[in-house]
Amino acid sequence: MILTEEQKAMLDGAQGEVMSKVMQSVIRYGELFGAEKLVPVTSEHNHLVTSFGLKMIGPIYDLMNQLIEAGAISKQTFSLDPRPVDPKVPANFIQKLIFNKFMYSKQDFYENQLEQLGLMDKNAFTCACYLDEVGNKPKKGDVLSWAESSAVVYANSVLGARCNRNSGIIDIMGSIAGYVPYFGLLTDEGRKASWIIEIKTSKKPEAQLLGSAIGMKVMEDVPYIKGLDQWLGSELNDATCAYLKDFGAATASNGAVGLYHIENLTPEAKEMGDALIKEDAQVYVIDDAELQRVYDNYPVIWKNPDAKPKLCFMGCPHMSLEQLKSWTDRIEKSLAEAGNKKVVIPTVFTSAPAVIEEFEKTEYAARLKATGVVLSYICPLMYMNNPLCGKMPVITSSNKLRTYTTARYYTDDEILAQITKGGKDA
Amino acid sequence: MKVFQGRVVAPGTVTAEALVSHGGLNTLASFQKALQFGDKTVTCGDQNNPDLYGKQMLGKALCLPQTIGSTTGGMVLYCACSMGRHPACMLFSKPIDSLAGAGIILGDVWLEGAKMPVVDSLGDEFLAYVKEGMTITVKDGGIVEVN
Repeated sequence: MILTEEQKAMLDGAQGEVMSKVMQSVIRYGELFGAEKLVPVTSEHNHLVTSFGLKMIGPIYDLMNQLIEAGAISKQTFSLDPRPVDPKVPANFIQKLIFNKFMYSKQDFYENQLEQLGLMDKNAFTCACYLDEVGNKPKKGDVLSWAESSAVVYANSVLGARCNRNSGIIDIMGSIAGYVPYFGLLTDEGRKASWIIEIKTSKKPEAQLLGSAIGMKVMEDVPYIKGLDQWLGSELNDATCAYLKDFGAATASNGAVGLYHIENLTPEAKEMGDALIKEDAQVYVIDDAELQRVYDNYPVIWKNPDAKPKLCFMGCPHMSLEQLKSWTDRIEKSLAEAGNKKVVIPTVFTSAPAVIEEFEKTEYAARLKATGVVLSYICPLMYMNNPLCGKMPVITSSNKLRTYTTARYYTDDEILAQITKGGKDA
Repeated sequence: MKVFQGRVVAPGTVTAEALVSHGGLNTLASFQKALQFGDKTVTCGDQNNPDLYGKQMLGKALCLPQTIGSTTGGMVLYCACSMGRHPACMLFSKPIDSLAGAGIILGDVWLEGAKMPVVDSLGDEFLAYVKEGMTITVKDGGIVEVN
């Protein structure tokens, strides 16, 4: 790799042994993928994926201590993924005991480390850091050192920033170094599509289902999606951005997509059109039957597939302000149709603390509370990622949560029927 | 015996019994029990991986195409190496993915000594040939012998 004099000096220890190791990490990581140079990280803030004070990750706390003690601190402040526990979320005595005394017993300790490393705000815990209320929204062309897969795919695709699908911990290394290796999605060539996706559905496709289908087909490749603008339009308004947030998270978790282009909608597709498509691109046609096939093939890994759901999670990734409002309207309407006053399955909506704060200022907040829905900043994935919760029949419309846990996926309409009327097709 | 040539990601030599995953290895799901609940045999906890689920990974030559799943994957591998709860080596048929690559490099740079030899780009033929229980020897220079 060709390094500048400044980078060489950092590698050689001019800023100490720890900073030298930071540079070694970034350089060797880049060399694995053929990077020939480092480029500056240009976003205002960083975002980290490791937000949880799990007892098991002791080696990470040791590593963070080395960085703090050596003063190897990034010039960027950062947001990071959601907190793993929230007392508002339903949990039984044993679950609470295990969460607080065993699994996440190091949460306070870790958050103290994070503050020393540059946490941008004590409430900057969300996977959707790019939402306006949170304040970590990169600009087009910004180079990032992020790792959260749903945030990376959103930043690349919807905002036009540039970031690879990095792993946790290498994210903070790039930010501290101030440089990331130039390869993959940072390059013009790496942002070209090797798949054309043709949407031929009879109605607007379910975001999470469409993302899942595309992710499972293209895996880590870049898809160029045609025909979706007929359902989404050509403007990135709040509703469309919320759709793309959920769609992208499904592509990233059901496959390993880090960037997608949507014809006439996303910034690079609007600018460059078909010039973004590689000559030998493969074609994948998605119609109603294909989406149904994908849906029907999801395994049900509940012990009792006919069990009555005990919990419903919505908001993986975290819901936007627009989604909280529109879901409040939908739940009220559906409850009224069913003659119910409150949801019939314990239901948790999750969102960023800053979004929740804004939502609480609106008249929707009291209305949502009256339906019995709990609004939380928790990470549903972290809540579910243990044997106790793994045995619970949990439902969700998040395809990311379905992929990583035992939660069962239903479409938005099915979820609405379940939580307000007590049946999938009610 | 068949010999395969790959690329050295983390140096080292070792001989171990093969454990084979034909699908991608979900790192978080696979190592969670070992790291979170103290399973010292490092039993694979990924229910979606029929090749590995319930099998001991500690001390095995783990043969796989790539890793998949949460972007915490690299951090999980780093922790597994630091705690000594890792396979004897990891052998990738494809070029290593960015999650596993980060975890291996972080382990190699920040932990004392070489913790786990890793070779990638061994080719599809490697994964088609190797079977669970075979003896694998990783030599210098990315050479992998399968017996």
